[in-house]
Amino acid sequence: MATPVAVRYLVALALVVGCSTADAHTPETGVITLAGSTSIQPFAERWAEEYPAGRVIVQSGGSTAGIKAAHDGTAEIGMASRALVASEIAGLVQTVVARDGIAVIAHAGNPVQGLSLRQLRGIYAGDITNWREVGGRDLRITVITREDGSGTRDAFEQFVMGDAHTIATSALVTAYSGGLRKMVSQDPGAIGYVTFSQLNAQVRPLAIDGVEPSELAIASGRYRLQRPFVFLTRGAPRGAARAFIDFVLSDPGQQLARREGLAPVTVQ
Amino acid sequence: MMMMIRRARTWAGTAHLSDVMIERALLFAALSAVSTLALITLFIMREGLPVLLDRGPLAFLGGVRWAPSRGEFGLLPMIAGTAVVTVGALAIGLPLGLAGAITLAELAPRRARQLLKPTIELLAGIPSVVYGFIGMEFLVPLIRTGGPLGGPGYSALAASIILGIMVLPTIIGISIDALEAVPQGYRDGSRALGATHWQTITGVVLPAARNGIVAAVILGMGRAVGETMAVIMVAGNAVQFPTSILAPVRTLTANIALEMSYATGAHAQALFATGIVLFVISLSLNAMAGFVRGTHRSADA
Repeated sequence: MATPVAVRYLVALALVVGCSTADAHTPETGVITLAGSTSIQPFAERWAEEYPAGRVIVQSGGSTAGIKAAHDGTAEIGMASRALVASEIAGLVQTVVARDGIAVIAHAGNPVQGLSLRQLRGIYAGDITNWREVGGRDLRITVITREDGSGTRDAFEQFVMGDAHTIATSALVTAYSGGLRKMVSQDPGAIGYVTFSQLNAQVRPLAIDGVEPSELAIASGRYRLQRPFVFLTRGAPRGAARAFIDFVLSDPGQQLARREGLAPVTVQ
Repeated sequence: MMMMIRRARTWAGTAHLSDVMIERALLFAALSAVSTLALITLFIMREGLPVLLDRGPLAFLGGVRWAPSRGEFGLLPMIAGTAVVTVGALAIGLPLGLAGAITLAELAPRRARQLLKPTIELLAGIPSVVYGFIGMEFLVPLIRTGGPLGGPGYSALAASIILGIMVLPTIIGISIDALEAVPQGYRDGSRALGATHWQTITGVVLPAARNGIVAAVILGMGRAVGETMAVIMVAGNAVQFPTSILAPVRTLTANIALEMSYATGAHAQALFATGIVLFVISLSLNAMAGFVRGTHRSADA
């Protein structure tokens, strides 16, 4: 797990170094830089690997850094995995390249099949503390959340908690989605959330407001607990940036996203 | 340190050039370790002090809410969490460790001792993530369902038990040194006056080794305060005041390690400020241990 990431990093580093020396002498066309959201980064790297028509450099730094990079032109394409606020949008064109669902998970043996958004909010706010209150067994709910600063938590808070509610301080906190999944799989009373691509047979996703998370439900917008993966360009995408975005939105690009666990945008 | 440098100079006066070079190289190596400490200190101060002073040390250290995304930086729940877990670790580690040290230094036959001492030292060599993993796989489910305790399992209790085991090598090792430093004449004199073996241990040897044992406890505390990975894996990390030993808690070290990956701006600075608090705590503990041991040694001499 660690090795491929390190290797990718080295490759990216080599590309950056190679690129900067090349730039100094022979400005190369077709090399574009992506910067921003750490959530999008691994998927952007996969797209970059498969992109046949030129070199793509992927840097992370977070959505805010990605928006800034698109504004000031340090990257041709900025990556953001959250909705932009009004002041950030000015001058930028947003292209949604994929959608990432956030699945609410419970223990595989939990008889509760789904929750309303209201019940989910009540559980995370600490108002509902027993599965019996939402139609389950008489079992204490163990609420598990990601750490402050995590993009997944950020999206979850936006959709589920809103501005008026906060996640109870008694909630268990972990910094790893894999660790969270394990904690949920071990505790019959646990509830947690992970990105859609992290789902596996150890845990069961809950339907929210009657909608099961699936690629189709995410892509169509029926499953509302999701966030867009957005590419940002200053003005309409042109030249090499446009060619790359076209590739990402093409069938092969979207198939790749699906294989990696994202919901495509072009299936409507 | 000064002594060493002065000695190096007098040697250099009579020695070969190669000796001088080697001495210089060793001095450089020693200084680089010290300067690394200086650099680390400077760096965490530079990163962490602005936010600490900006919010006011009182608001920062005494604040009860920690929600960096809403600009709330209160460290008190984590300071309390660290304190609870450390006290818990000592409550488990101190009786076990002291009993172990007394057994090994005063009671056990030499053969048993030759086997047991390296085994205990080996305990220190187990990576903390392994302790954490064992805690997560066995201890946490045991607390949750194995008995009358209940709760989520991830708790101050789980962290205390794991840390209580992890501080054993420190407590036992240093306590044995302290017990062995007690002159044999004390024991002989006590026995000659008609005291039993056990009376000698409790009435003479332990009081004589007291300072060293206190130093062992303080260094064990330092180990418990500084441990990160094993604690993150079993403590539950909820930012709240521990209401019971079965409730999840977050320690200062866990706070940094959990949130470092996506922290930017004031959030990142607040994590460095958490580091400053930890730094001050461990420095004080080490200084205290050094002081206590120092008085012990000079009293001995």
